Amino acid sequence: MSGRNSTAMIATLGFVTALSGFLIVTVFQATKPAIEENKRLAIQKTVLEVIKGATADKHFIINEKGELLEAVPGMKGINVYAGYDAQGKLVGVAAEGSAQGYSGSVDTIYAYTPACECITGIKVIKQTETPGLGDKVITDKHFVANFDKLEAKVNAAGDALANAIVAVKHGAKQNPWEIDAISGATISSKAIAKGLNNSAQDVLPKVVPLLPQIEGAQP
Amino acid sequence: MSLIKQDDRITVDTFLEGIWRENPVFVMMLGMCPVLAVTNSAINALAMGLATAFVLVASSLLVSLFRNLIPSEVRIATYIVIISTFVTIVDYTMQALSQEVYNALGAFIQLIVVNCIILGRAEACASRNKPLKSMVNAAGMGLGFTLALLCLGVVREILGSGSLFGLPLFSEQFQPWVVMVLPPGGFLVLGGWLLFFEWLKTRKQYA
Repeated sequence: MSGRNSTAMIATLGFVTALSGFLIVTVFQATKPAIEENKRLAIQKTVLEVIKGATADKHFIINEKGELLEAVPGMKGINVYAGYDAQGKLVGVAAEGSAQGYSGSVDTIYAYTPACECITGIKVIKQTETPGLGDKVITDKHFVANFDKLEAKVNAAGDALANAIVAVKHGAKQNPWEIDAISGATISSKAIAKGLNNSAQDVLPKVVPLLPQIEGAQP
Repeated sequence: MSLIKQDDRITVDTFLEGIWRENPVFVMMLGMCPVLAVTNSAINALAMGLATAFVLVASSLLVSLFRNLIPSEVRIATYIVIISTFVTIVDYTMQALSQEVYNALGAFIQLIVVNCIILGRAEACASRNKPLKSMVNAAGMGLGFTLALLCLGVVREILGSGSLFGLPLFSEQFQPWVVMVLPPGGFLVLGGWLLFFEWLKTRKQYA
């Protein structure tokens, strides 16, 4: 292969990749604020929907030491969203759950109501389950009703839940902390339960002692 | 590849070719992966079709502009870089426009990179024709692809979910034909459409 030919090849590829890089960076910069705003709005909308009766929300982060901090971009820790009603009273706290489903992770935001020590709503924010089957976890009325009042009491020691949240076979629900699975979408139902349980076991024992502080921080 | 004549004239046929005579889905049978995977609802089919059409037109323009500069040894690599650039642009733009549609299409937006319709157009048309003609041809192909996806998406959504563009069509008693939104439904509906077009063609021949 002649030297001239290789130079031409390198020059072409170099030029095209440089042009490509330039275009991508331009579009990335141009769309970044819109994308971040979309994500923030999506989460805020979800938080206000999932915490029933909430009209205002505030984003907190619980750091490794278990301290409650007001969220600023780039901060590491557990995300906790507090929902307040029109009078500025704390009505619920929302947190994120995530677990492996049938074809990818199923991410949820759930609301915890301190008054009844239970989970009072969930919203799926990201899922790639089979359309028409696994995505029933969002649309199936009977399944969604599981989360009207799902018990999530913190145990006496204050380090975990008193009863783990589990998904049971369709129609076999007996205890208030069990989730009645959708028949035909058991794996997706279980993913929701697992995501909730993993998150609630960790987050709720940390959130409960901080509730007065969250209550006092209303916007 | 000799099918594409070295002719600079842009005719109606340059545009219509992709919609009917050489429809990428129903005639050339290209890009079957997104055709079967994301056509479970009309809105997904439309978004996917438009995204692909944009990548197709934009990459055809660039490939055509650089067609005399690209050494043939590295042409495929160059095409892939150009195509993936526009796919990334579509990816960001769609995320900025609608998080919901973006979530519904998932990985299939990124997978436009390996859609053989686009590479096929770059190789067979854009690398041999002037920019305008390449773009017109690519726009026709993109529209043909979008229409084909819509053909599948509309049928699958009506039968599988009982709705169209998310609006319910039937009363509560309608029992959705769930298999239609699952992968087998994609094959069944595609088969149905292919039979229909083949029947049309045969009827025309013997008429």
